[in-house]
Amino acid sequence: MPKRTDLKKILIVGSGPIVIGQGCEFDYSGTQACKALRDDGYLVVLVNSNPATIMTDPGLADRTYIEPITALTVEKIIEIEKPDALLPTMGGQTALNVSVELAKSGVLEKHGVEMIGAKLPAIEKAEERELFKVAMEKIGLHVPRSAQARTVEQANKIIEWMDFPAIIRPSFTLGGMGGGIAYNREEYESMVRFGLECSPVNELLIEESVIGWKEYELEVMRDHNDNVVIICSIENLDPMGVHTGDSITVAPAQTLTDKEYQIMRDYAVRIIREIGVDTGGSNIQFSVNPDNGKVYVIEMNPRVSRSSALASKATGFPIAKIAALLAVGYTLDEIPNDITKKTPASFEPTIDYVVTKIPRFAFEKFPNTDATLTTQMKSVGEAMAIGRTFKESLGKAIRSLEVGSLGFEKLIKPERLTLSFTPTTAESDILKARLKTPGSERLWYLMEALRAGLDVEKIYEFTGIDRWFLNNLEELRLVEEALESTDMDEDGFGELYRHAKECGFSDAIIGSIIKKSEADLRLFAHKHSILPVFKTVDTCAAEFEAFTPYLYSTYERPFYNINESAEPKAECEAAPTQNRKVIILGSGPNRIGQGIEFDYCCVHASFALKEEGFESIMVNCNPETVSTDYDTSDRLYFEPLTFEDVMAIIEREKPYGVIVQLGGQTPLKLSVALEKAGVKILGTSSDSIDIAEDRERFDDLLNRLSLKKPESGLARSTEEAVAIATELGYPVMVRPSYVLGGRAMQTVYDTASLMNYMMHAVNASPEHPVLVDRFLEGAVEVDVDCISDGSVAVIGAIMEHIEEAGVHSGDSACSLPPYSLTKEVTDEIRRQTKLLAKELNVIGLMNVQFAVKDSTVYIIEVNPRASRTVPFVSKAIGRPLAKLATKLAIGRSLSELGFTKEVVPEYTSVKEAVFPFIKFPGVDIILGPEMKSTGEVMGISYDFGSAFAKAQISAGNKLPLGGTVFVSIRDEDKEAALEIARELTAIGFSIIATSGTEKFLKSNGIEAEFVNKVNEGRPHIVDKIKSLEVDMVINTSFGAKSVADSYSIRRSSIDLGLPYFTTIAGARAAALGIRAISDRVLDVKPLQEYYPEPLKQSSIPQ
Amino acid sequence: MKFGSKAILALSDGTIFEGRSFGAEGETIGEVCFNTSLTGYQEVLTDPSYKGQIVTMTYTEQGNYGANDEDMESIKPWVEGFVVKEPCAKPSSWRSEESLDAFLKKNGVVSICGIDTRALTRIIRSKGAMQAIISTTDLDPCSLVKKAVASPSLVGCDLVKEVTCAEPYDWGQGLWDVEYGYDRRRGSRIEEDEKRYKVVAFDFGMKRNILRNLHAVGCDVTVVPASTTAEEVLKMAPDGIFLSNGPGDPDAVGYAKETIKELLGKKPIFGICLGHQILSLALGGSTYKLKFGHRGGNQPVQDLTTTKVEITSQNHGFAVDLDSMKGVAELTHINLNDRTVEGISHKELPLFSVQYHPEASPGPHDSVYLFRRFVEMMG
Repeated sequence: MPKRTDLKKILIVGSGPIVIGQGCEFDYSGTQACKALRDDGYLVVLVNSNPATIMTDPGLADRTYIEPITALTVEKIIEIEKPDALLPTMGGQTALNVSVELAKSGVLEKHGVEMIGAKLPAIEKAEERELFKVAMEKIGLHVPRSAQARTVEQANKIIEWMDFPAIIRPSFTLGGMGGGIAYNREEYESMVRFGLECSPVNELLIEESVIGWKEYELEVMRDHNDNVVIICSIENLDPMGVHTGDSITVAPAQTLTDKEYQIMRDYAVRIIREIGVDTGGSNIQFSVNPDNGKVYVIEMNPRVSRSSALASKATGFPIAKIAALLAVGYTLDEIPNDITKKTPASFEPTIDYVVTKIPRFAFEKFPNTDATLTTQMKSVGEAMAIGRTFKESLGKAIRSLEVGSLGFEKLIKPERLTLSFTPTTAESDILKARLKTPGSERLWYLMEALRAGLDVEKIYEFTGIDRWFLNNLEELRLVEEALESTDMDEDGFGELYRHAKECGFSDAIIGSIIKKSEADLRLFAHKHSILPVFKTVDTCAAEFEAFTPYLYSTYERPFYNINESAEPKAECEAAPTQNRKVIILGSGPNRIGQGIEFDYCCVHASFALKEEGFESIMVNCNPETVSTDYDTSDRLYFEPLTFEDVMAIIEREKPYGVIVQLGGQTPLKLSVALEKAGVKILGTSSDSIDIAEDRERFDDLLNRLSLKKPESGLARSTEEAVAIATELGYPVMVRPSYVLGGRAMQTVYDTASLMNYMMHAVNASPEHPVLVDRFLEGAVEVDVDCISDGSVAVIGAIMEHIEEAGVHSGDSACSLPPYSLTKEVTDEIRRQTKLLAKELNVIGLMNVQFAVKDSTVYIIEVNPRASRTVPFVSKAIGRPLAKLATKLAIGRSLSELGFTKEVVPEYTSVKEAVFPFIKFPGVDIILGPEMKSTGEVMGISYDFGSAFAKAQISAGNKLPLGGTVFVSIRDEDKEAALEIARELTAIGFSIIATSGTEKFLKSNGIEAEFVNKVNEGRPHIVDKIKSLEVDMVINTSFGAKSVADSYSIRRSSIDLGLPYFTTIAGARAAALGIRAISDRVLDVKPLQEYYPEPLKQSSIPQ
Repeated sequence: MKFGSKAILALSDGTIFEGRSFGAEGETIGEVCFNTSLTGYQEVLTDPSYKGQIVTMTYTEQGNYGANDEDMESIKPWVEGFVVKEPCAKPSSWRSEESLDAFLKKNGVVSICGIDTRALTRIIRSKGAMQAIISTTDLDPCSLVKKAVASPSLVGCDLVKEVTCAEPYDWGQGLWDVEYGYDRRRGSRIEEDEKRYKVVAFDFGMKRNILRNLHAVGCDVTVVPASTTAEEVLKMAPDGIFLSNGPGDPDAVGYAKETIKELLGKKPIFGICLGHQILSLALGGSTYKLKFGHRGGNQPVQDLTTTKVEITSQNHGFAVDLDSMKGVAELTHINLNDRTVEGISHKELPLFSVQYHPEASPGPHDSVYLFRRFVEMMG
């Protein structure tokens, strides 16, 4: 069946901001879908509120709406655009939910819009647990025993016949949000309540536990002609009980016999047919009893997913792209396999390597939350690695994670572990607990347990992790043991070293075991030619020739031909060309502080290089991204971003230079070492980078330029820190050097907390001292992105933060252009920025953070690299900054590129941060210098209030138009609060306030009702919040004690999804936003129409 | 170190891979080929079609789930040698009875591990299937290459006589099930009152799963040696005749071709793999050797009557020449990767055959409908 010609215009719904459970994999899938459909001649209309994505680049869709993904907004877009079809399967649960809402409310039918890919009945059958269960039973498959509850009472009835542990799964939530495993009645009831609240339809499933069973996933595709193929099988190392997004997973499945695998495959085929997903990809999860092979179906996602992104990267089969083509009527056999060119997509990829994915967590950012891994996803990103064996891919995956581990470091001092495992010692108890309770470090503790002499059987008993994985770990331990008793000078070391490399050991780890430096091992490896080779990911295990250079490193044995005189050599498939080429180092796994924004920049670099006639070579290890799509760059190396791994690629490719300034801190950290190794760093020099990062050198620079920064001191010890803080006066801001995302940055209010902090900070970064800054209270923070070619610097944008200084820039909403700064102040900011760019000889991008207090401009920090705001700014001003920066780095000038003048748009763009607090019960939501947001949204309009309101809606903060607002304001903010209270009263809100605020408001003639503080008797404010008598919360706190006092107010607000504002500036902006939406209907408008004419053309090279 | 003693794989083109011995020690010669299945090494090893061949698995981790009695496709392994990257010493599966290494040792299969199997696959892909030798006893590369070069190729070689059964036997086992294994009394899919068909199956190197599938769709099968005459077969008064898979060159089993010729039109015939090739020859077609064959579980085959695509299990080094079949038979299935013949039928005569393996084992079950089609033909 050829493509459908009755469809002309297709609406694609994106997934919105990056949140836990819905990451940048949907930028990858959405981008593929946009590209595939446009290449095929369809007009593509896109809606997505996330500015950091490639898919929202104005060149990727014909009409790009950066607007809230709500049924209301999408309906407006449908009214304007009149698309023929809606593709709901590319934007995760968000897109699916909005599409279901539009279909159910009749909007799609009314406007004649056809849902393609998955139809409403199929989505409902897959997503609604009861319907799914019935469907599975109909086709003779087993599902865990379960029952549905809509109330606590119903849930209590169910648990009378079901045994603990019981699994609670709320309907229609993403990343398993609100779900959990209850082991007793008390836990059960509280989880049921929470789950019911989380479910948008107040419904949940109570399910028989299959904890400890093996967990598998199959990625399935189906076309209109009912052809079904399995793209990839995935086996989870962590058994059932840990969300698959939080599990270490491996492809292909390792421990199923063919008979078992084929039965599972049959099930998958039957399931996709029964559910009725007519075209596209689905992900189906199974659990298998390890003792008898019994199979349960766990769930199905009738859309592309995180796992499908992983499967695409693991096999080279682009699931989202193919799914998009199937949705418009093609059949699998009509679509060619891009990689082999000759064979069709109607096949099942086979691989000749092992893929390991390890999730990355951010528990260090949320110290008060329970870090146990459960059925609710908690990880913020993931790294994937490819090796010829599981052991090799595991080692590579560990170092790809960038969690400070380059292999299996010892977590417990060896002398504290006895060879015979005696459960009486404290260490052994800790170890046992670490094994039994899944956590983010369990992988390392497994190795510790083996080192401690615990046998595989015992570890299996504690963890349920399949013995196959444990046996492989034991083999790694034996290699470690062999290394421990050897010396580099011994004869057999070469063979042992080669074997260790085959098993995925990094030079750094081998060095730490044999007490040599990484450099020593590097020398040894080169001297003995024990070097990695590169193999191709080709979908077919070398059966056909591959035309797409998608490569990974491995160690293979040399071989030779006796008829040729050549030396034995291991086969390397990398085929570097003699063309001019540049390596772009990517940003690794997503984490808080370094996410999709940097991937956006790297992808732009690749596009820019192509435009300039260079070959682009991408190095990255994040399977969720567009940068690791095989057709983004000329060559893709799916590799860890460590010095060792990157150098191996550089030695093979011999590029003209390497770009490190676009991938965030990950590549930047390598720049000095790379330069020392003779690699040309393109753009800003590593010395300039060092000046900006090294506080002492940076202070010298500012002094020379007579620029101000908050008074500060550099502390190398706790005593020094206390002395500096005493001199500056509390509160002070403390942070280690060389960090991103405000890691370990804190505002401290007294000596005790400073001393407490110093213990942590020195641990966080031992080789760098700690910076103690005076805290500029109540200052306005300003972010500036600037681009420079070394002689000319142009301001990309000046962004005024809405939250005051002290809140991490990544967590603060901001306005472009500034909405309250005077021209004198912005001009001074421009002057200082350009001065810094010139002085640091920046070639490419630079980000400067300023604080403005009483019209004085202070420099907070300078980063001579792409910042998190680059995609937002690029979209707001209509200029691709990362692309321009790349061109500058390879020698072009700004005047050649036609960007010599700052663009100040006549409309306002507001960026708002999105937080994962709902996933972390017990965590305080107050904002501070440590970044906690996972994603961002953008609102654009011609006035600040509307833009802000749009951003809030997109971020999920539903601004109320009336009702009751709770106001509790610290003394310093009271004057400012009056204006806000008056405005809210004028709009029609009634105010409730605790005594101090109430009295103050009343004395200023504003109506307010008194409410008890939590310690003043009941009903108090938290009671009111919980009984849904409050619609919005404004609560500003200051100082450690007051912060602690108001914690329960904030926490209960977030748990109930109330809009809350913890800063006075945020509250003021909210009032403006509420005013805007109560005065007028928010309009929608595609990005392309905001820009002046010449910018409307495509920015993606073909 | 878990590696065994040194072993060498030498190809007739002169390529030398040095690796480690696993499985049995010794020396073995055969045509080296690769299989791309991710699972099912035991089924591959025990498939009689691999007689005469040294098999390398393209997937690197082999032996993960050990070996067991139920996954045997015949009485023993038939491969001449086995080549893997990473053998698993300690298998993990509730079905495992012994390790792959122990299984290979027990059955005397000389094997090599630790070599770059992808490089080997690429050599086979670019140069074609060739003779090879694995040795743990002779470690002189030149000597090994000489032996490989000197060894006879599969072309023109009748390997069927080595793998076929000596005496006829009846088959009574159905398909495997997770819960009941092969226990028919509990897991039976056969209704008591179901009509049964008597099928005589030529054993050219029969895989058991073909018999299990035939049994499951209602056939009472008598397996007969490849040399059984048409007269003997007809005397058994079967409802249908089945031609099995098997090793080697179809042209080398002329006696079978002649037998089948005599049976054309007498009874419904269904052939698989070598059986398909022999049937094509009997109809007047011809076969040729593919450069490196199709071996794996992911080959897309299109049923030309429905246009639907099935993912198939394949294992063949020879193929039926499309042009030779023109006017002789109808083309029913083609391979979408290289457009080769995958299935034929006849306008008048009740017969059909496929090049691939609908019985799977290892591989996907997409094509089991063909067994039902055979039953319908007999019905």
